[in-house]
Amino acid sequence: MSAPNPEGLRLQVDMIKCVGHASCFELLPERVSLDEWGYPIIETDPLPSGLVSHARRAVAACPTLALRVDGKVARKR
Amino acid sequence: MTIMLERGTRQGAPGTLPRLLAGGRRLGEHRATYGQIPLRRFAGEDGRRTLIRAITDAGLRGRGGAGFPTGRKMTSVAAGAKRPVVIANGCESEPASRKDKMLMACAPHLVMDGAVLAAHAVGADRVYLCVERGTSIADRLERELAQRDDPVKWKLVRVPRRYVSSEESALVHLINDGDGRPMAAPPRPYEKGVAGRPTLVDNVETLAHVALIAAYGPGWFREVGTRSDPGSTLVTVGGAVARPNVYEIAPGMRLGEVLDAAGGAVEPIGAVLVGGYFGTWVPMPDGWGLPLTHDRTGPQGTSLGGGGIIALPAESCGLAETARVVRYLAEESAQQCGPCMFGLPAIATDLAAVAYGRCDPATRQRLSRRIAQVTGRGACRHPDAATKLATSALTTFADDLMTHMDGWTCTGVSRDPILPLPDRRHRDRSWK
Ligand code: SF4
Ligand code: SF4
Repeated sequence: MSAPNPEGLRLQVDMIKCVGHASCFELLPERVSLDEWGYPIIETDPLPSGLVSHARRAVAACPTLALRVDGKVARKR
Repeated sequence: MTIMLERGTRQGAPGTLPRLLAGGRRLGEHRATYGQIPLRRFAGEDGRRTLIRAITDAGLRGRGGAGFPTGRKMTSVAAGAKRPVVIANGCESEPASRKDKMLMACAPHLVMDGAVLAAHAVGADRVYLCVERGTSIADRLERELAQRDDPVKWKLVRVPRRYVSSEESALVHLINDGDGRPMAAPPRPYEKGVAGRPTLVDNVETLAHVALIAAYGPGWFREVGTRSDPGSTLVTVGGAVARPNVYEIAPGMRLGEVLDAAGGAVEPIGAVLVGGYFGTWVPMPDGWGLPLTHDRTGPQGTSLGGGGIIALPAESCGLAETARVVRYLAEESAQQCGPCMFGLPAIATDLAAVAYGRCDPATRQRLSRRIAQVTGRGACRHPDAATKLATSALTTFADDLMTHMDGWTCTGVSRDPILPLPDRRHRDRSWK
């Protein structure tokens, strides 16, 4: 896929807010898979440039505001 | 190497232990041994910087488990825009450890001196002393606090007796909102903690070392320990040893030496759990010579962590012991994050199946998959403790595992458990 975005933006999830609604998985299967309980497993390396806008769409669609796109690393998995 | 618990005077030869448990419970005794808090020596902005530099040069690392450099944490907190706050963390919710309780009982004023110095170093005027509620420690500390005349405002916080309530974001959450469950990062407490202020959360033993470094200097501090993990450290040695107790040791000591210091094994040892329930199983006798520090060593990255060390008899079943503890950790989840809420009970059930000989290759595979899936996916590190312990058990007890997979269990599963768990009556239900 394309090169990582220059700002180092990453898709990240606040697991406390996440209710396993899985709309992020539907909108961004490139970066999100689901565990056996239906919670998202998110690829947190910097997003490829081509996916940043898609990722923002997934963020907007998350019903609990659990997702975000930013350069801060909450912590390494 | 010296390991002692009994009291001695402060003026020992270089490198003499004990350092922490030497002082006395009462303020008078404590002052007679350690003198006044050297606040005047570190007066003003320059003094503060000098104090943080001394802590940094001493190479002190957090004694709560993570082993993060204390000087670096202080530097970040002091650099914040708002006036910082200090939390002295004496919760020690880890059932395999009681060194913090011992320290707060034997040398409460050393901890308090350290907290006052840490507050001074980062420019804080408030210190929250956090301890588990429902024990006599809180009342005793409150009485000792009343004796003191410090330039900070003290507040004693009684924390719910839950495993994860001692986590730093949980303490901040409790103080801010009366809810002792961990919070998601960012922001981290050092950036934005109590009342939105930069918050220095340090374990009580760490703070006691801060007091000693301020009094005797970084050079003195480094007379014991290793280069990357200097100073003495408290460990709780339990299990099949003659004298289970809290010991003050020098990092770098071999695992076998630490067991010998606790009176030696009382029966053949199969493995030793190092680092409490956030730790790893070290097979014995191969692990005898493993040096114990806050750095990761050995094939599994073993580290002292919070200092819990438990010797498991060869006759006991490490898989069954681990399954019990993982079940306990699952029950102690704050039930906020899906992978922790659903993953830990599932892992505990799989592990129990393995331990009690109801395991087939499919279960074994599912267990590995679940461990990999859950690790790192909680808002706090709680699930990682459980998966690390489970992984370590599957590695260390691989031979037993093969036996169990064939449908056999060892007699060990019916022995009395060695790893301590709190009585259900002593576990809080609520988070308030
Ligand atoms: S859309 Fe939001 S709530 Fe739903 S699974 Fe994704 S992150 Fe969780
Ligand atoms: S990972 Fe577990 S213990 Fe930690 S906040 Fe989430 S649910 Fe609570």
